[in-house]
Amino acid sequence: MRNALNRFVPDEMLPYQGLKHFKQLKTRKCIPEVLTKNTDKSVSSISALFDLIPIKDGMTLSFHHHLRNGDAVLNMVAHEIKKRNLKNMTLAPSSIFPIHEPLVELIKSKNVTQIITNYMNGPVADAISQGYLEKVVIMDTHGGRPQAIESGALQIDVAFIAVPNCDSSGNGNGIYGKNACGSLGYSIADMKYAKHKVVVTDEIHQEINPIEIEAKYIDYIIKVDTIGDISGIVSGTTKPTKDPVQLKIAKDTVRLIEELGYLKDDMSFQTGAGGTSLAVADELKKKMIKYNIKGSFASGGITSYLVQMHEIGLFKDLYDVQCFDHEAISSLSRNINHHLMSASKYANPYELNPIVNDLDVVILGATEIDLDFNVNVTTDSNGKIIGGSGGHSDTAYGAKLCIITTNLVKSRTIMIKNQVTTITTPGESVDCLVTERGIAINPLRKDLIEKLKDSKLNILPIEKLLEKAYQMTGVPKDKEKSNQIIGVVRYRDGSIIDSIYRIEDDKS
Amino acid sequence: MRRSLLFIPANSPAMLQNADVFNADGVIFDLEDAVLVSEKDAALSLVSEYLKKFKFDNLEIIIRINGLDTPFSKDDLDCIVNDHINTIMLPKATYENTLELSKIIQKIEKQKKLKKKISIIPIIELAKSVIEVNQIASVARVSGLLLGGEDLATDLEVDRTEEGLEILLSRSMVVLAAKANQIDAIDTPYIKTQNEEGLLKDAKKAKGLGMNAKSCIHPNQIDVINQVFSPSEQEIEDAKKIIQVISDEKNKQKGAFSIDGKMIDKPIIERAQKILKKAKDWNL
Repeated sequence: MRNALNRFVPDEMLPYQGLKHFKQLKTRKCIPEVLTKNTDKSVSSISALFDLIPIKDGMTLSFHHHLRNGDAVLNMVAHEIKKRNLKNMTLAPSSIFPIHEPLVELIKSKNVTQIITNYMNGPVADAISQGYLEKVVIMDTHGGRPQAIESGALQIDVAFIAVPNCDSSGNGNGIYGKNACGSLGYSIADMKYAKHKVVVTDEIHQEINPIEIEAKYIDYIIKVDTIGDISGIVSGTTKPTKDPVQLKIAKDTVRLIEELGYLKDDMSFQTGAGGTSLAVADELKKKMIKYNIKGSFASGGITSYLVQMHEIGLFKDLYDVQCFDHEAISSLSRNINHHLMSASKYANPYELNPIVNDLDVVILGATEIDLDFNVNVTTDSNGKIIGGSGGHSDTAYGAKLCIITTNLVKSRTIMIKNQVTTITTPGESVDCLVTERGIAINPLRKDLIEKLKDSKLNILPIEKLLEKAYQMTGVPKDKEKSNQIIGVVRYRDGSIIDSIYRIEDDKS
Repeated sequence: MRRSLLFIPANSPAMLQNADVFNADGVIFDLEDAVLVSEKDAALSLVSEYLKKFKFDNLEIIIRINGLDTPFSKDDLDCIVNDHINTIMLPKATYENTLELSKIIQKIEKQKKLKKKISIIPIIELAKSVIEVNQIASVARVSGLLLGGEDLATDLEVDRTEEGLEILLSRSMVVLAAKANQIDAIDTPYIKTQNEEGLLKDAKKAKGLGMNAKSCIHPNQIDVINQVFSPSEQEIEDAKKIIQVISDEKNKQKGAFSIDGKMIDKPIIERAQKILKKAKDWNL
């Protein structure tokens, strides 16, 4: 079956029907929250917990990814699954990183046969791309995941919640402790709706403030030596790029924001980690200072750069669903207007007023973008899984202005395609593309085109940008997709926006 | 008309690929100091093939060749003087070698039946260059003079300083020779690539002395240079007002008139026309 973007969708799944259809879906469905009845919550080990619940073949276990590439909890559970040789397990971590390599063996030996996540890279993503996972992997968005959990579409048997700082009843937060990782926003839906909730911690204290993980939901507490390695939290670089091409893209991006009238008091803004994103933030900071502009909030994954902007008064509030570096974590303990936010509050499409819907401007990246402005951040051009939406399609939908920044040509590879290999974010929700060789505006945004009609910026149709790239590199040959679907990209409303296909095993 | 000229090493494919994206008015592909002797032939071949393949709109293509006293300059000129370039930059220029270069280029132009007339930018970077600067500027093919501050300081046996007192006279002589011969006066690069404030100060100083352009060694310096050497928004508005007033029939016969209490005569009108031409050419 084909969806509204003419992408193939496995028969038993719901096809994406376009944003117009999505906007009509307004009924929020929530299963009842699951409160604990336990009073004695302490369990001696992961192994003891497996016996106690008990955790059996075919169950679904969930995890959050705030410890990012320093997470040890998922691997502890994976080790226990392997030891017990449990079969047909489903894992639902909010993201998977290279540190989770031990999962590969469990996938190959069919201990784990299904994975539902928002983002993955590294050996697990490679193995899944090569077709080793028995069922199709489901790639959700950060807003789509809590929606799936609260609606019962994703039923979690046991949620393992790594908590750096908690008390003996299960109240906790991620702000303090030797492995403080900041916000625990992705675990909140798991905490409320999973059948069993387990806090895994390495520090138990008497006083917990603020309380992000609530004891009323927590069934079990396991104290371990360490829940991870704090050095693995930092996402990419923490400094703006010095690469002149990316700096030019950043400068043009901020000029575009200014010309479109979004550089103004009370503006709200989101950008990711990484050199170009931080360069955009840096340029924005300079202009905000120059024009004495005070923004309302910055949101999403919070970086030290956004903390700096907040502390010098450029953004009144920070809404934080995850911390990308240590400075962002420490800011939570000293800045009262640096707020914790759940993934639902951030981006759940059925939330009454998710933060993404209040965003003025979001700056996003792309692995590929096509002539319809569809964006791929899930796979590379060969089809290998290298990421996932995270909050990409949530913020693109919610923000009034969604700008994609990317080099037009990167190491002789063209970033614009006739059709992207995998659609992560529909072009309908993408407004502008900024490259080093020009800016393209989505023809659907006639209002933006009108505003820019006298602009001195180098604005041209996306087709012209592609032509320019062809002149530099020649026309690349498209890679043919295999017939075997190994995954699906699930849009934030639960419909399937694209399928992911098996690639050749590098080692075969 | 030039404001900013960016040096790019001719042996760096990654930098060549993006040479035209930074809004420089011209790009100087450097076959001289930036390229090791062992890589001279590879650099020449790379930049030559690159220029054959890529077309550039509104970008002056300048090649800094190796000095005429080196064994590389003949190959450089034989290979690179063609319709894909605009200008040859001559290191360690003197009146004698500038004339010699002009003759060589003329010969190649004839042999290859070029459609373009290739111009020369001599680099004033020897004490002798400075002494001969007016003669150098008077060579018909010369379209601009570039002050080479670093080599000049070496030749003068002085240290380069932030204030630039040691090159002040040379800077002024380059400006005077350029203006006297109606060609561009191009300032020496500011080599502290991370110091934006220092660059701004240095560029403003050069502009104040009469330089109309500045060369640079890093793409991140171009915006500052373009900003300093472009007419300001106010200057453009004032120029528009002047041209609008002189277009009025009743003012056409007047030699001088006043706008907002300021006397407007021929030199001011010419200056206004130049500013508007710059604004148009540079998309300001």
